[in-house]
Amino acid sequence: MVLTVENLVKRYPGSDRPVLRGLSLSVGAGETVALTGESGSGKSTALHLIAGLDHLDGGEITLGGTPLSGLSDAARADLRRNRVALIFQQFNLIPSLTVDQNLSFHARLAGRDDPQWRAEIAGRLGLADLGARYPEALSGGQAQRVAIGRALALRPPLLLADEPTGNLDETTAGAVLDLMLDLVRDTGAALLLVTHSDKVAARLDRHLHLSGGVVA
Amino acid sequence: MTVDRRRFVLGLGALPLAGAAQAQGFAGLGTDAEGFALPARDHRFVFPRDHAAHPDFRIEWWYVTGNLTDAQGVGYGIQWTLFRSALAPETTAQPGDGWTSPQIWLAHAALTRGDHHHVAERLARGGIGAAGVRSAPFAAWIDDWAMLSQAGPEQDALDLLHLTARGSDFSYDLGLRAEGPLIFHGDAGYSVKSPAGQASHYYSQPFYQVTGEIRFDGQVVEVIGHAWLDREWSSQPLAGDQSGWDWFSLSFDSGDKLMAFQLRDDGDGFRSGSWIAPDGHTTPIGDRDIRMTPLDHSRVDGRRVPTRWQIDLPARELSVTVTALNPQSWMATSVPYWEGPVRLKGSHAGQGYLEMTGY
Amino acid sequence: MIRAVAQALLSHWRRHPGQFATLVLGLALATALWSAVQAINAEARASYAQAAALLTPQDQPVLVPRQGDVVARGSYLALRRDGWPVSAVLDGDTRFGGVSVTVMGVDMLSSPVMPDDLGDSAPDLGPVDLLTAPGIAIVSPDTAARMQSDPDGPRLILSEQVPPGIVLTDIAVAEALLDRRGEISRLFLLPDRQGRRDWAQVAPDLQLAPSRAVSDTDTARLTDSFHLNLTAFGLLSFAVGLFIVQGTVGLAQEQRRPMLRTLRALGVPLRLLMLCLVVELAALALLAGVLGLGLGYGIAAALLPDVAATLRGLYGADAPGSLTLRAPWVLAGLGMTLAGTALASLQSLWRLAQLPLLASASPQGWARAAARSARWQALGGLALVLAGMLGTVLFDGLLAGFALLAGLLMGAALILPPVLGQVLRIGARRARTPLAQWVWADLRAQLPGLSLALMALLLALAANIGVGTMVSSFRLTFTGWLDQRLASDLYITTDSDAQTQALRDWLTPRVDGMVPIRRVETRLDGAPGRIYGVIDDPIYREHWPLLAAAPMGWDQIFDQRGVLVNEQLARRAGLGLGDPVELGAGWSLPVVGIYSDYGNPEGQAIVALDALLARHPDLPDRQLGVRVPDGTLPALMDDLRDDFGLERDAMVDQATLKAVSLRVFEKTFVVTGALNVLTLGVAGFALLTAFLTLWTMRLPQLAPVWAMGLTRAHLARLELLRSVALAALAFVLALPLGLGLAWVLLTVINVQAFGWRLPMYLFPLDWLRLGGLALLAAALAAVIPARRLSRLPPAHLLRIFADDR
Repeated sequence: MVLTVENLVKRYPGSDRPVLRGLSLSVGAGETVALTGESGSGKSTALHLIAGLDHLDGGEITLGGTPLSGLSDAARADLRRNRVALIFQQFNLIPSLTVDQNLSFHARLAGRDDPQWRAEIAGRLGLADLGARYPEALSGGQAQRVAIGRALALRPPLLLADEPTGNLDETTAGAVLDLMLDLVRDTGAALLLVTHSDKVAARLDRHLHLSGGVVA
Repeated sequence: MTVDRRRFVLGLGALPLAGAAQAQGFAGLGTDAEGFALPARDHRFVFPRDHAAHPDFRIEWWYVTGNLTDAQGVGYGIQWTLFRSALAPETTAQPGDGWTSPQIWLAHAALTRGDHHHVAERLARGGIGAAGVRSAPFAAWIDDWAMLSQAGPEQDALDLLHLTARGSDFSYDLGLRAEGPLIFHGDAGYSVKSPAGQASHYYSQPFYQVTGEIRFDGQVVEVIGHAWLDREWSSQPLAGDQSGWDWFSLSFDSGDKLMAFQLRDDGDGFRSGSWIAPDGHTTPIGDRDIRMTPLDHSRVDGRRVPTRWQIDLPARELSVTVTALNPQSWMATSVPYWEGPVRLKGSHAGQGYLEMTGY
Repeated sequence: MIRAVAQALLSHWRRHPGQFATLVLGLALATALWSAVQAINAEARASYAQAAALLTPQDQPVLVPRQGDVVARGSYLALRRDGWPVSAVLDGDTRFGGVSVTVMGVDMLSSPVMPDDLGDSAPDLGPVDLLTAPGIAIVSPDTAARMQSDPDGPRLILSEQVPPGIVLTDIAVAEALLDRRGEISRLFLLPDRQGRRDWAQVAPDLQLAPSRAVSDTDTARLTDSFHLNLTAFGLLSFAVGLFIVQGTVGLAQEQRRPMLRTLRALGVPLRLLMLCLVVELAALALLAGVLGLGLGYGIAAALLPDVAATLRGLYGADAPGSLTLRAPWVLAGLGMTLAGTALASLQSLWRLAQLPLLASASPQGWARAAARSARWQALGGLALVLAGMLGTVLFDGLLAGFALLAGLLMGAALILPPVLGQVLRIGARRARTPLAQWVWADLRAQLPGLSLALMALLLALAANIGVGTMVSSFRLTFTGWLDQRLASDLYITTDSDAQTQALRDWLTPRVDGMVPIRRVETRLDGAPGRIYGVIDDPIYREHWPLLAAAPMGWDQIFDQRGVLVNEQLARRAGLGLGDPVELGAGWSLPVVGIYSDYGNPEGQAIVALDALLARHPDLPDRQLGVRVPDGTLPALMDDLRDDFGLERDAMVDQATLKAVSLRVFEKTFVVTGALNVLTLGVAGFALLTAFLTLWTMRLPQLAPVWAMGLTRAHLARLELLRSVALAALAFVLALPLGLGLAWVLLTVINVQAFGWRLPMYLFPLDWLRLGGLALLAAALAAVIPARRLSRLPPAHLLRIFADDR
């Protein structure tokens, strides 16, 4: 298993009801899994916890055999840098770097930038001619393709995506999703994708629905 | 800064003794005597007036050297020299007053032992009273050094002198009693210094018996011996190409004395001197009559200085070697030169003093 | 990883060169003013030290007379004849080549004081030049530039080693220049050797001068206050500059916040990120520091001639007009920049360390925190003001004054935001329309972000009002005092006592009256001073500007039963009416009056001429003040020249003298004025950066208002209004603070620094002008954001609703 989540519990301060109440799931190597749920169901929270961006209150997350609880901030940063790639709804590109620099950024942080592989990704994502542009000059679809490229350039065993097409119109969203799934399958990475759209979810290997803080 | 400044003031010349030979001549004495009085062949010496300073001349000195021995027979030399140098001519009718006086006084004192040479120097301006020479009663002084006359009214002022000087590591306090008359060099005191005619007024008192004490290394040593005083003034004693001189004052056991000097130049040089009989009778010695030949040189203060000489005076059947008591008798003063006691061997025995400049 | 992070961080500056320039410029400005002041101070102090070292070389024992100020020639000779290596010195103040100088005459044959760079400017110099007439006068190039050449006087030789204002010459030349023939003022006791006896036995009338540290010299004592003044100004501008840095660092961090969060999400450890940011700031600080030092050097070089003029005018102290680069200054400047940057960035870095990985922290968060601390801030401010007041009790002198100033200014700056908050709260409560309510509320919301910039503005404005009031009050007092003091129509200086007598005879039938101006230079209360002897003349009784006088004071003066002292002496020696003043050995008189005497650093006393003559029979008689019938002055001056044969430059008419005095006065405050303007400029810049910083945070607040129907142009106008209103509020608060500052300057600092207390005058027109300037600066600072707002594409505002970052 690339990812195992067992009995995950998360509480937000000031709220007596936990968002997550014993969530369990697992993602196998190369498997693509969709996590859906209503607004406020805790699907994004689950993703953030898996990415090590937030502290969990109970249960355990195991990433590639490494349990997350008990890891220091620095160790979790190391995990994010090397083993997991994140794709955000707001793209979160670095505005002062060009498309090319953004594409290579995560891989360079991890110290395994592969220009050939990057060029191939850029080509397949249709970004080959946009390399010198800055993010502010990109359309939403282009920006998200850069974000996907940045994540895949790392060749991570696990990709986490949080509503990657949420900011895109329907046509663009469909095209971006196609590209992403194709590439993910080609690289053999596992994907955990959070979305509110059943249509999107249906295109993945497996579909989990989050309700009441657990997988229904 | 003190040392630098002194070199700055003195290094630019105009004092009677200066460093190495320049095209201008040693110590700048070859320069024109514009405005200064010049020595005159017909000068009539009047004493005590002429014992005192002649401020209208450029340079002048009171120069005492002495060969002394203590009770154990150990030999010493002493030197007491007061130089006057006028930066501008000053007539007795318009004496420079206070600090505006153009007179600079410089003095050297030395005590020479066989293995050590003690030197001291004094510098003062005229017009203020820190240094000077007066005729009656005769006194020459600079700071705490003095040459004071103790002669009675019937005597010459220089017949009886009290001589003192003091350095950081030595001092002396001597009584000088003349046993003969003043003698006059050259043509009755008109001493020619070059074939071109540069000259000075020059007389001596070579007949002093000395008693007194010298102090060094915490010791006080009673000494007796002989001394020789030179008085000389001029405005232009050296020719332009003369680079320095070798000056001898020798006293022979016979009672005769010899003053001889040579002024070195690019060519043959120029020699002169006086033969002084025990009664004071003085005979001038011409340029061709005497030979002075260096025999040995010593390394002194990084220079090569002749400290053993051969003197030949055929007319007097004199042929002596002159050997320095202490070859390192270097006057490390602001204007350095060599000066020290010497021993004589050969046709005549005796002792004396040697001064060498411009090496 | 570090390279990638560094690339990302630095790319921000490449994409925002304006911000980069602001940050570097802000830091550079802060460093520049501070280091300029430091350079000026260092230069002047080095010059004093050089002067002191020349006048009395380090570790050089000096013999001075036990009584009087002349070493007996006999004692000098006795020491020399005993073998003591003493070197005579004659020094004194005089005019030489049309310039006031200190002449130091040394025996050039034996003096330990001699520059060794003379060969450079005069390679042909020989003993004849040094020791015989006309002699040489060694002066600094600065001094030489101010002097008129005199073909008959000593030959001028330039030396960089001689401090400005000093003429080093042979004692023979000095006695002629000073007209003190045959006198010796002191003896250098050279270390070369010892005399035969103890020197104290040889010359019992002499004593070893107490060895004085450089800081104890008269010059240093007098000018310390001035340099402290400059330093205070430098620190003020440094503080203001730091507000700029605080603003720009905050702005940059705010703009990079999403990037920093992304970096952390991509696995960059917090510690590494912080380290990169610290290194980045340090590099920026160094860059800005170097720039600032260059700028500061330029400012210092530009101001130094005026500083030199000030020091000469106020203290008679000479500083050089040109600057040398000193390594300690460079290091101190860079150190200050680094420390300042660290201080100014602390808050930003702290916030970054606390930055949550997920939550979108908005400015309101720390705005709320700031509001919470407002009460504490107000209390802290009050405490600082009180501490400043306490300082006046704890410390003495100038330090007390500056403690009070520092407490007042810093305390007021701290109190400003809470006070503004209160004012805005009251305003909001009174607002009627919704828009007005929004504007007031919005102002209050912005206050925390703007408060530092407003504090900077407050300080600059207060300093401007305070210093302006001080200078203007001084000018007003000074001109009035000049009118009183210069009561004669014509002042004449002669060459000799005989010429004065002849002149008196010549003038008697032609003028209304004349008074001799005769004085001795002496020491009063242990410092150099002058005693004037005056005759009974209406000029004194009617015109002399007295601050305090005993009844029948003038009668007591002329009965030789009293003395007038100037304010400086009275304050320094703590003299009041009736207190005795020692005027010389065994001569003291009670004070019967105190007169104001601006622009003079020294103590002064006035007695009846007969009393002075009795003590100083050889008092020179070389100056006359003459009153003439109206309208006859030009003709009289012509006659004096043509008939009496008096040289034109021996006469000064009252108008010229006043003009010269006022010119000196104006020069004196050129530097103060320049620093004042520069500080205000820096404060304006701080305001600009603050507005730019807030700009990025403001859109979320403006968007809803825009959506509710306000045009962008309207919003932009409100934006301008907001800025101007805040500046106006700051100015209103700066006014009393500035007046308080002026009061402290006039009644505490001036008394300590100069020895006189000045009345305070108010100059409302100046305030109006300054207020206008402040509003203009605020408007200008808001113009850029406002223009941006008015041209903002609506999509940008729309996006506010679309994403919450």
